[in-house]
Amino acid sequence: GFNSTFCTSDILQVQLSFPPPRLFDRYRDLAPQLVPLDYTDQPDVRLPYELIGSMPELKDNPFRQRIAEVFSEDGEGNMTLDDFLDMFSVLSEMAPRDLKAYYAFKIYDFNNDDFLCKSDLEKTLNKLTRNELTEDEVRMVCEKVIDEADLDNDGRLSLEDFQHMIVRAPDFLSTFHIRI
Amino acid sequence: MTTAMSLFFVFTADEEDTVIDSDGRQERAKEKERKKERDRKRRRNVARRASSARKEGKELEDRPGREERRGRKKRDKEGKGKGGEDERQEEVKNDTVAKTQKNFSNENTRKLEQKEIEVVGEEDGDTEEKRKNGRPEKGGKKEDNGRGETVEKKQKKKRVETSAEHESSEEEEDEEEKVGEEKPEVLSPEELEKLKEEVDERKKLISTLRGKPWPMRKKLLTLRESHEFVEKYEGALGKGKSRKLYAYKVMMLKKWMKFQRDFENFKTACVPWEMKIKEIESHFGSSVASYFIFLRWMYGINMILFGLTFGLVMVPEALMGRPYGSMPRKTVPRADEANAMDFAVLWDFGGYAQYSVLFYGYYNSQRAIGWLKFRMPLSYFLVGVGTVAYSYMVVIRTMARNANEDGGGDNNSFNFSWKMFTSWDYLIGNPETADNKFASITTSFKEAILEEQESRKDDNIHLTRFLRVLANFLVLCCLAGSGYLIYFVVRRSQKFALEGLESHSWWERNEVNMVMSLLGMFCPMLFDVISALENYHPRIALQWQLGRIFALFLGNLYTFIIALMDEINLKREEEEVLKLNMTIWEASLYNGTMGANSTAPPITVHPADIPRGPCWETMVGQEFVRLIVSDTMTTYITLLIGDFLRAVLVRFLNYCWCWDLEAGFPSYSEFDVSGNVLGLIFNQGMIWMGAFYAPCLPALNVLRLHVSMYLQCWAVMCCNVPQERVFKASGSNNFYMAMLLVILFLSTLPAIYTIVTIPPSFDCGPFSGKSRMFDVIQETLESDFPAWFGKVFSYASNPGLVLPFLLLMVLAIYYLQSTSKSYKQANLELKKKLQTQNEENKKKTKMAALKAAMDLEEAQKARSEAPRQQRKNNASQQSYTGEKNTVTGHLVSSFVFVYPPAPRGHRIPGPLPGNQWQPAPSVQRVPNSQRHRV
Repeated sequence: GFNSTFCTSDILQVQLSFPPPRLFDRYRDLAPQLVPLDYTDQPDVRLPYELIGSMPELKDNPFRQRIAEVFSEDGEGNMTLDDFLDMFSVLSEMAPRDLKAYYAFKIYDFNNDDFLCKSDLEKTLNKLTRNELTEDEVRMVCEKVIDEADLDNDGRLSLEDFQHMIVRAPDFLSTFHIRI
Repeated sequence: MTTAMSLFFVFTADEEDTVIDSDGRQERAKEKERKKERDRKRRRNVARRASSARKEGKELEDRPGREERRGRKKRDKEGKGKGGEDERQEEVKNDTVAKTQKNFSNENTRKLEQKEIEVVGEEDGDTEEKRKNGRPEKGGKKEDNGRGETVEKKQKKKRVETSAEHESSEEEEDEEEKVGEEKPEVLSPEELEKLKEEVDERKKLISTLRGKPWPMRKKLLTLRESHEFVEKYEGALGKGKSRKLYAYKVMMLKKWMKFQRDFENFKTACVPWEMKIKEIESHFGSSVASYFIFLRWMYGINMILFGLTFGLVMVPEALMGRPYGSMPRKTVPRADEANAMDFAVLWDFGGYAQYSVLFYGYYNSQRAIGWLKFRMPLSYFLVGVGTVAYSYMVVIRTMARNANEDGGGDNNSFNFSWKMFTSWDYLIGNPETADNKFASITTSFKEAILEEQESRKDDNIHLTRFLRVLANFLVLCCLAGSGYLIYFVVRRSQKFALEGLESHSWWERNEVNMVMSLLGMFCPMLFDVISALENYHPRIALQWQLGRIFALFLGNLYTFIIALMDEINLKREEEEVLKLNMTIWEASLYNGTMGANSTAPPITVHPADIPRGPCWETMVGQEFVRLIVSDTMTTYITLLIGDFLRAVLVRFLNYCWCWDLEAGFPSYSEFDVSGNVLGLIFNQGMIWMGAFYAPCLPALNVLRLHVSMYLQCWAVMCCNVPQERVFKASGSNNFYMAMLLVILFLSTLPAIYTIVTIPPSFDCGPFSGKSRMFDVIQETLESDFPAWFGKVFSYASNPGLVLPFLLLMVLAIYYLQSTSKSYKQANLELKKKLQTQNEENKKKTKMAALKAAMDLEEAQKARSEAPRQQRKNNASQQSYTGEKNTVTGHLVSSFVFVYPPAPRGHRIPGPLPGNQWQPAPSVQRVPNSQRHRV
C-alpha cells in the first residue's frame, strides 16, 4: 500500500519526478563544450541565461527571464546543473501545488521584495499582453487584482494572499508546468 | 579514544535490540541481527577513522582515484547530494542521541539507499556490477574484523572506496564523538518516547519534503538523513521485494499518466478545426468563436443525419432497387428528355436530377428489395422520423448540459487575479501559439474590463428605460410593416398565379422572393441602428438583435410554407384530373391493341411515354433544395462582396483617397455574429423540413457547412476587424440552442402535418398506393410480425390506454419540473449566502488587519517613547504584548511581519539561490511576543 511505504515512496518520487539522465542530457546539450560528462568532482559550471532562455520550452515564455533568475543561485539567470534540475522539478507535473504556488509567487515578484506590489502586477500584465492594454486599463486591472486578492489590506499581495488566491484557481496546476 | 570506541560498542550492542523490540518489530530481529553485526564493525571503523582523521587532517578527502570507482550512473544523483556539508552542519539538531546513532548507521543505510536508487533508476549492467562489487567487499570486512587493529588502514581505504559520502560526514563525526562520550549508556523510557517522537517527526518531514521550497541538494540531503534516521529506528522499511514493487508501481503510475496525457492530446487533435477556432478566438474574442463552435456542432449533427439518410435510404435504393428506366417514376418523361442533361436544368434540380435517388419520387413502393429483403418504404419512413427524433434529442440534451454547466457555481471572486496569474500556459513552446496566446489574453482582459465597466455603469436609468421602450416600439413597427408587406405580396402573387404567370413581368413573377430577401437584408440593419438607442451590454444587445431578426425570418419562412401548401393543393387537384385521364388513356391503349390482334401479349409501352402524376412530394423537395442552394450562394456572394471586396477596396484605395478609408467611413467590416448564427439556424430549419422529401438535403448541408467553415474562417481572419467592444459570449450557447429548438419545432410541424394529413401521390415515392404515409407501419406489423404482436399493439394504441399514459407523463414532467425549480432556488440561495459570507469574512479580515496595524503602530510609538522608561517597565510591556495577542489573535501573528523591524537573526540563509535574504515562510510565523521583545 501507499501509506505503509510512504518513506520509500518519497525517495522514489524525488528521484523519479523527472528522469535525471535525460535532464542532464538536456542540460549538457545546451553547451556541450562547457558541461563535462563527468560530474563526479562537481565542476563549477554555470550556463549563462542566454543559453537557458533559448531552450524551446522557455523561449516563448514571457516570464523566462524571471524563471531563470528565480531558480538560479546567483539571481542572474545563470544556472548550475542543480538549479536546472530544481527548475524542472518544480515545473514538473508531479510537483505539489504549494510548491508551485511558492515559486509562481517568486516569479511574479519582479523586484524581489517578497510582495507583489503594483509595479510587479503592471510588469506581469504588460508581459502577458505585450503592452497592448492602455495605461488606464492596466491600472484598472491591477487595482482589481489587489482588491480581489489582498486580504490584509496593505495594498500589495503577500505570499499568503497569493497562495490563498492561487490554490482556488481551476487551471493553475494545468498551466504552471513544463513537460520536458 | 579507546573509551569512546568501547562506548560505541556497548551502546549499539545493548541498546539497539531494545529499541527495536520496543517498536514491536521482532519479526525483523533476525535480519537486524545480521545488519547489526555489520554495523558494529562499521561503527568501530568509524570511530577509528574519526580518530585517525583527526590526526591525518583532511588528507582523506583528497584521496585520488576513488571517484573513478563510482559508476557513471551515480554521477547525477550524487552530484546533487554533494557539496552539502556546510548545510548539513547548519542543521545540527539538538537531539544528540539521534545524531550519534545516525552516524553509526550512516554507512550502512547509505549504501542501502544508494542501491535502492539504482534499483529504481535503471537496472542496467552498471548497477548490477555495483552490487557485485559491494558484496565481496562486505565479506572482506568481516574477515578483517577478526584481525583487529592491524588491518585498520586497509579497511579505511576500502571504506572510502565504497561510499564517497564519508567525506561529508567526517567532520561531523569529530564533533559528534565528543557529544557521544557524555551520553548515558542506557536509554530511559522518556528518551525512548522522545526518540519515537523524533522518528514521527522525521517521517512527517519526509512526507512533506516535496512541498518544501528548498534547493534540490538540500532536499536530497535532508531526505537522505531523515530516511536513514527513520530506517535506523523503525527497522528497514519495506525491503527488497516491496520496494521493487513500489518502484514498479510508481513507474506504472507515471506511464499511465503519460498515456492519459497522450490520449487527451489525441482526443483534442481529433476535434476538427480546433486550432482554427482557437486562432479566431484569440483575435476576435469568444463571441465570434462561439459562432464557429456552433457551426462545428451543427456540422456534426448534419454528419449523422447524412449518415442515416445516405446509409439507410439512398444507397440501398441505388444498389438494390430497380434500376433507372425500369418504371415511369424512375424515367425522365419523353417531353423533358431533350434537355434533361442541360446544366441549367440540372442546376435547378430538374431533368435527370429530379428522377434520381435525390428525391422522394424516385423510390419504389416495393415492400422488400434486393437479396437482403430490405424493407425500403419502412426504412424511408423510419429514417424520416428518426432524423427529427435524433435532432430533438441532441438539441435538448445539449441544452440540458449547458444549463448544468451554467448552474455549476461559477466562483468569480478572483476573476482578474486568475486571469493575471494563471492565464499563461507554460507549456507553450511554439512562437505562433505564443502569439495567439498573447492575443487571446489581451482579448480576454479587454472582455473582462468591459464587463467590469458595464457592471459599474448606472447612469440615468429613466432615460435608458424610455429609450428602450421606444426602440422596442420601433422594432415592432418594423416587424408589423414587413409582415404586412409579405402578406400583401403573397396575396398578390396568388392572384397572379390564378391569372397565369405568363402575362406578367419578371418583377411580378418574382415579387415574393425579392421582397423577402430585400427585407431580410435591410431589416437587420435597421434593427442594428435601433439597438444603438438601447445602450445594452453588447452581449444582451446581441440577444435582442438575434430575437428580432429571428421574428423577421420566421415570418419569411412561414409565408414560404403557406405558399408551398397552396402549391401542394394545386398539384393534388392536377393529380385528380390526371388519374381520370389515366384510366381513359389506359382504356384507349387497351382498346387500340384489342382491335389489332387480340391474342398478342399487351404491348409494352416505354416508361417514358406513360403519363404520370405531378408528384407533389418531389416538388416540395425540389423547392427546398433550390432554396438551400440559393441561400448558400447568397451567403457566399455577400461574403465575397461585402467583406472581401470591401476590404480590398478599403486597403488599396486608401493610398489615393481624400480621407482615411480604414479609420473613416467604409472601414473594414466586423464579423456579424447575429446574422450568421441566424442564417445557420434557419438553414438548419429548412433541412429538417425538407429532408423527408429530398433525402439529399443533409448531404448538401454537410457540403455547405464544410465549405463555409473554411471560407468564413478565412474571411474573418483576412478581411474583418475585431469588434470595437470585444465581449465575452455567454458561458453557454443556450440562447442559440433555444432558437434552434424553436426552429426545429416550427419546421417539424408542417412536415408532420403533410405526412399525416395529405395522401401520398399515387404513382411516385415509397408510399404510393397507400392512403396515408404512416400506413407502412400498419402494413409491417401485419405482415412481418406474428399475429399476437399486432394484437398487442392494437390494444396498446387504444385511446383508453394512451390517454392515461399521456396523463401520467404530463404529471411526471410537472413533478420533475417543480422539483428542479425548487433545487435551483435552493442552489441560488446557498450561493448567495456563500457570497455574502465571503464578503463579510473579507471585510472582517480587513478590519482586523487595520486594527492590528493600528495597534502595532501604537506599540511602536510606545516603544519609541519607551527607551527612557524601558529599563523599569520591561515586565509591564511584555504583559501588554501578551494582551494584544489575545485580542487580535492569530491575525496579528500572521500579518504583523509586514511592519516590524524584522529580527534578522531569525532568518535562515536563503532557501533560494539568488535570494539569500529571503525568509522562509515558516519564519514569518515566529510567535508574536518574540518579535516585540527584540
